Amino acid sequence: MSAPAVPAPPKAPSSREVYRDILTELMPRDERVVCLDTDTGLFGGVDFGPAAGRYVNIGIAEHTLMGAAAGLAKQGRVPFANTMAAFASSRAIEAVKINIAYNDLPVRIAATHSGVSAGHLGATHHSLEDIAAMRVLPNMTVVVAADAASTDSLVRQALALPGPVYLRLGRNAVPDLPAGPPVVLGQAQVLRQGTDVTIAACGAYPVLSAWEAAEELSGLGIDATVLHVHTVKPLDTATLAAAAGITGTVITVEEHWRAGGFGAAVAEALTELLPVRVHRLGMPDRFVSVSGSQRYLLDRAGVTAAAIVERATSSVKG
Amino acid sequence: MSSTFAVRGGQAPTAPAAAPATGAEHRQTDRTDLTEVTARIREHVVTMCAGREGGHVGGSMSLVEILSVLYFRVMLVDPGFPAWPDRDVLLLSKGHGGIGLYATLAEAGYFPVERLAEYGEHGSPLMAHPNTEVPGVEMPTGSLGHGLALGIGFALANRLDDTDRRTFVVMGDGELQEGSVWEAASVAAAHRLDGLVAVVDRNGLQITGATAEVNDLEPLADRWRAFGWRVFEVDGHDVDALTDALSAAPGQDRRPTVVIARTVKGKGLPMVEDQARSHYAKLGGRQHRLALEALRKARRP
Ligand SMILES: Cc1ncc(C[n+]2csc(CCOP(=O)(O)OP(=O)(O)O)c2C)c(N)n1
Ligand SMILES: [Mg+2]
Repeated sequence: MSAPAVPAPPKAPSSREVYRDILTELMPRDERVVCLDTDTGLFGGVDFGPAAGRYVNIGIAEHTLMGAAAGLAKQGRVPFANTMAAFASSRAIEAVKINIAYNDLPVRIAATHSGVSAGHLGATHHSLEDIAAMRVLPNMTVVVAADAASTDSLVRQALALPGPVYLRLGRNAVPDLPAGPPVVLGQAQVLRQGTDVTIAACGAYPVLSAWEAAEELSGLGIDATVLHVHTVKPLDTATLAAAAGITGTVITVEEHWRAGGFGAAVAEALTELLPVRVHRLGMPDRFVSVSGSQRYLLDRAGVTAAAIVERATSSVKG
Repeated sequence: MSSTFAVRGGQAPTAPAAAPATGAEHRQTDRTDLTEVTARIREHVVTMCAGREGGHVGGSMSLVEILSVLYFRVMLVDPGFPAWPDRDVLLLSKGHGGIGLYATLAEAGYFPVERLAEYGEHGSPLMAHPNTEVPGVEMPTGSLGHGLALGIGFALANRLDDTDRRTFVVMGDGELQEGSVWEAASVAAAHRLDGLVAVVDRNGLQITGATAEVNDLEPLADRWRAFGWRVFEVDGHDVDALTDALSAAPGQDRRPTVVIARTVKGKGLPMVEDQARSHYAKLGGRQHRLALEALRKARRP
């Protein structure tokens, strides 16, 4: 297999850094906020000033992290539970379910290195099941960060929510998304309105690929709607169904297993509302067993603009 | 170069007629000089950290003597036949020492040392955490706190097979903050798994600083004793002390064994030795050169 060309990563802050900076700003202002760390290294060099006592590094103990966060929340605090997405959603999932979701407590799970953003660190550090695991939990809000600007807005909006939130953050700086209407938590952002096919994308590279595909498709006479769906739960089924009602065919794109994730959520919702075909692009059903950058691994798995174009042309014209 | 290895761990083209040549002798009394091989492993680690992704330099350098003693003196293995059924098994529970393991496996003959240059490259099986596509790697690790439970499974299988094969599980000291380690520690002692040997790379550091400050582990030896383990405490860079502890025959009381190896994170690199920032580094050209020079200087008598 020949290696696809991989562009150099951009310099904007990664979504985990955007989140960290917002939390750093928030801590001294809100007495309720507690930052629980698990030896992540994300807060190295951060000065919380008068709020330093509310930064607690418990060490490498993710299960305890989620239990402790729930206890703090029950006592009126707003804990931010920091770990990698892989450990939040698989290792600590029972504590998330029973202690946090069941009690509907305002814990913010800040899950970094999501998707394949851990790249060469390998399958133990990839989190391709987290959307599936988190979105099925009652009370949980699931927010997927993309570029720096939308992450900034989403993290600030998530702070106001009364219940638990899963913040799916990336490890790497990513290019900016195309400009669009304001990012509103719970609503799909309509980046482009078309008539022939709906491309609903979740996460930075999926949205960028969707955009690139839409431009290419327009040259081929196919007019695509592009939706940036950052909130997977609650899912904005109204916007999705409205778009699908116009275009018919929907293509979902995500950095997650094809099974159980964003595309599955879209398919579940639309199948009850209208007769449209939903194609899901995502990571195929096998563990990644090679090294590579985030972009390389997505390309290799076929989560690309080319694959979207291919799907769109074959289903719209075929 | 193909993205997979010709010989894959867990699969062998043919079973050997007799015990394989390289693993035929039990190495328990072996005192092979390890000066050269440990020096070469350190150089490989440093060079891998100068590649496109950088690497876990600190926790790999602290492991070098532990892994060398296991692969070159203590364990009964056959690098030409990684899946040899009678082999001893090593599980690198602190999977972020992966490049240290790869370098050791290459030096031991599991695959050509030239292939270490692929580490971190697009499409290479040499990911930062141990990949079972790489010959000699038994289990994929990297999420901390899993190795000891896996080791219990290997040790139970050995007991059921009625062999004295041994299972070695290498953990980080920060890793011991995971509750799963202590759950497994209790199970291993309760079931008298005396073929199970845990090694703690006691470098005193984790990502955010000293283990003593983040979440103290002391009195560590007493903790293991209280859990029913036999404890050895050794200098983790003294190959003979490690050899003695790692090859000690199980005692009458059939306790599992833990070797607490006192090590220095980043060992061999004066610029980062014993500092938390040695955890991960991407070495630039100059840093790479200085690191190699430091290693070579230390090597000259
Ligand atoms: C379950 C889990 N949590 C967190 C991490 C991230 N992590 C990788 S290495 C490390 C520090 C490990 O410290 P230690 O075990 O002492 O290793 P060493 O000092 O030998 O590098 C952490 C927190 C991980 N790999 N797995
Ligand atoms: Mg350590």
